[in-house]
Amino acid sequence: MSSELIRQDDVTIRFAGDSGDGMQLTGTQFTDTTAKVGNDLATFPDFPSEIRAPAGTRAGVSGFQIHFSSRDIYTPGDSPSVLVAMNPAALAENYKDIQPGAIIVVNTGSFTERDLKRAGLDSNPLTDGTLTGFRVIEEDINQRTIEALEGTTLGKKDVLRCKNFYTLGMMYWLFSRPCEPTFEWLDKKFAKKPELADANQRALKAGFNHGELLRLFQGRYEVPKVENVTPGTYRNIMGNQGLAIGLATGAHLAGLKAFLGSYPITPATDILQYMSLMKNYDVITCQMEDEIAGICTAIGASYAGRLGMTTTSGPGLALKTEALGLAVITELPLVVVNVQRAGPSTGLPTKVEQADLLQSVFGRNGEAPIPVLACRCPADAFECAVEACRIATQYMTPVILLSDNYIANGAEPWKLPEMESLTEFPVEFVTDPEGFTPYNRDEKLARGWAKPGTPGLQHRIGGLEKDSETGNVSHDPDNHQHMVQLRQDKIMGVRNSIPTPAVNGPDSGELLVIAWGSTYGATRAAVERMQAEGTAVSHMHMRHLWPFPNGLKEIFANFKRIIIPELNMGQLARIMTSEYPEFRFETYSKVKGKPFQAFELKNHFVKILEEKS
Amino acid sequence: MSEVQQLKAKDYKSDQEVRWCPGCGDYSILSGVQSTLAEMGIPKENLVMVSGIGCSSRFPYYMDTYGFHGIHGRANAIATGVQAANPDLQVWVITGDGDGLSIGGNHMIHSLRRNVDMKIILFNNEIYGLTKGQYSPTSPQGLRTKTSPYGSVDAPFNPLQLALGAGATFVARTLDVRPKHMKAVLKAAAEHKGAAFVEVWQNCVIFNDGAFKGWTEKKVRDELTIDLEAGQPMVFGAEKDKGLKAEGCHVSVVPAAEATNWDPTVDSAGPAFLMTQLDYDPSLPRPMGVFRQVERPTLGGLIHEQINDVTAKNGEGELKDLLYTPDCWEVK
Repeated sequence: MSSELIRQDDVTIRFAGDSGDGMQLTGTQFTDTTAKVGNDLATFPDFPSEIRAPAGTRAGVSGFQIHFSSRDIYTPGDSPSVLVAMNPAALAENYKDIQPGAIIVVNTGSFTERDLKRAGLDSNPLTDGTLTGFRVIEEDINQRTIEALEGTTLGKKDVLRCKNFYTLGMMYWLFSRPCEPTFEWLDKKFAKKPELADANQRALKAGFNHGELLRLFQGRYEVPKVENVTPGTYRNIMGNQGLAIGLATGAHLAGLKAFLGSYPITPATDILQYMSLMKNYDVITCQMEDEIAGICTAIGASYAGRLGMTTTSGPGLALKTEALGLAVITELPLVVVNVQRAGPSTGLPTKVEQADLLQSVFGRNGEAPIPVLACRCPADAFECAVEACRIATQYMTPVILLSDNYIANGAEPWKLPEMESLTEFPVEFVTDPEGFTPYNRDEKLARGWAKPGTPGLQHRIGGLEKDSETGNVSHDPDNHQHMVQLRQDKIMGVRNSIPTPAVNGPDSGELLVIAWGSTYGATRAAVERMQAEGTAVSHMHMRHLWPFPNGLKEIFANFKRIIIPELNMGQLARIMTSEYPEFRFETYSKVKGKPFQAFELKNHFVKILEEKS
Repeated sequence: MSEVQQLKAKDYKSDQEVRWCPGCGDYSILSGVQSTLAEMGIPKENLVMVSGIGCSSRFPYYMDTYGFHGIHGRANAIATGVQAANPDLQVWVITGDGDGLSIGGNHMIHSLRRNVDMKIILFNNEIYGLTKGQYSPTSPQGLRTKTSPYGSVDAPFNPLQLALGAGATFVARTLDVRPKHMKAVLKAAAEHKGAAFVEVWQNCVIFNDGAFKGWTEKKVRDELTIDLEAGQPMVFGAEKDKGLKAEGCHVSVVPAAEATNWDPTVDSAGPAFLMTQLDYDPSLPRPMGVFRQVERPTLGGLIHEQINDVTAKNGEGELKDLLYTPDCWEVK
């Protein structure tokens, strides 16, 4: 190999093309291979809500960003250092996001007059000076792919479909990744259509070889693997996958069988799909007629002694609201996953936002407290799902677990827990009729769970208020006050079972940055960069959002300022302000359907610290 | 083994005072269900009564069985969860024309098409009772109520047609003023494996008194209704001298000897649909009894069968395999 390897520690590539160009597949293949090479990585797919927008238009551009590094990383990267643009629309939509001096690989085969027109471009960005300052690599990927597959039995359309693998091959060469994992994947994927496996493999190999032969690039890079990685077994995980596995595991740790009642909704659908495959893991999934039926079947299943679960996104949670109240008053365990997306209403269904926090914590009629928690990244999804199952069963309550679009479809390496390290929290059903009433409570105020089929424990529960002692319908004013208080105390008691969050960085200083949900990565990266520059700033991540853990006041008191970056108009800050009125919580808000970038957070934090001094 | 106890109707009564209006048709349905269950000897602990919202939906509180008083319109969905989770339970859904056909119409049709093994008792009084007298989706056009002071302009549902259209495997109609008929229908429903839909004409004495009087009063009943009995000729009249003859899409009154035999078990839902059409012809009696009774696999059965099949094929899942998939890698 003639090209000298240039060491790079941190690379962000964005693959962008038409929805039909296979960019998500290209991205995930690059991801899997990169994980095997031993880099840390994080990905962010960004696709349009239309399944197939008109070909070649900007509305139809699908992107996949991967950030990989020889160090630990927390985000899919701010500005890509490499952009792969398969057509003019993809170029036009993405070139503004990338770093000055970045490499842009352009498929010139898709830059005809017609292509430009479809992208709504009056002039060709390759020649009109738009790309000044970038290192543009022009390559007719269409033609190269056709040449590579000469002699194949495939039609021209199928041949051109292989162009994403040619592109992948170029990237493998550029970043010194092996082709073998993808070869193997293709063999498996097209076991029944070997001609397709062969064609894609040839395209991949051609792209790889041409990187060398055609001297398209000025150099070739290596991104060394991460050293000092915690030993263990790893796998790449996407957020929705992690949740599905976590929910099944959570039910198992509770000694229960899982029941998922759900209705497909972007971006939560994958969880239902994954769990539908778990038939031999004691998991029942029912795709119901609507969101309400999804949660109601789950409530019915919990009543019957399974662990009921339902998965949805914001609009679906709105529909489930009344049933959530039913689960609150009947005090049945239920796990509700809300994979948030940008709202209101249908909003931006494939884009990220964390604006359902207030809805989750408060959005019900009557006094209906529900524990709420949020996962912070794909690798955190499993643990949060298990935690939601724990709270639901130990406190006999519905629990809302928040994720979002960014976590749902993002991927990163996940260090698998040792199976022996998973703590069981077995449920004990009531079986003894002696002194039984449905609202007998334990020390945590959780009521006993007696399931139908148990002789002598026949009882009625329901949406009407019940007498705290007998469990019969009661309209007694004092009883209602008592029951509302009991349910409130029970949920607030959850805080005694959760840890005080750790502070990353000094436990006192100028600025504390609080993050929740998927803002974790960008916040942590921003704060660590500032810490490296000697700024007295710390970061705290909140997994449990209701009730808040104990010990927060003591943490807050040690910082001069507290800021909460959120992908909403300041919802956590609002709740914090009402819970801790003695502190001031500043907000840094963004609602663009896009995640925070570490640099924008850092810039903002630096700015506000300067303003003060 | 525990000794078999002969259960009586009163054994199915809870200790709660029944609080429907005096004279309400609900009382007769409650006692009909209790005595049917006693007769069949269904263990109380295996029974789950699920309801939505409305007068009828207080029903579970009056039964010494497992009971779930849900939210408006959602009883069928809650019951689907109970049944899917544990198909060994006998699940009853107690609902009304508002709860089951208006706000809960969607869940109703879907639980019927899925053939969830549950007995759906739809108390039809053609009015909203608990909210004190507004027209319902079964109120006849023109009915004057608090929200239709000049007469309802809405066309009503025919509950039987809705159930048949949704693919129900058991569809029947009975009435509150004929306890014996009701018990026979409830028993047939209880014995049916699958979704059993039973419409009960139930009189609301306060807000829609006499809605069915024109058919149910003793003096007219024999002439204006007909009891459908499986395998029997369709005869009616005080003297049982009249019969119904079904030819193609047409039903006519004939001497009893020429009456067509009734068979609710035929594959086609056609004959059942045809009999529901009689409701619209004032010259024909309204049929009561079992309209349709066919076998089809149940949702709960299919779910658990599929679980067993997949488990037999792939083996009992080891939790570890969900986490530790073949694409894992080791870092030493």
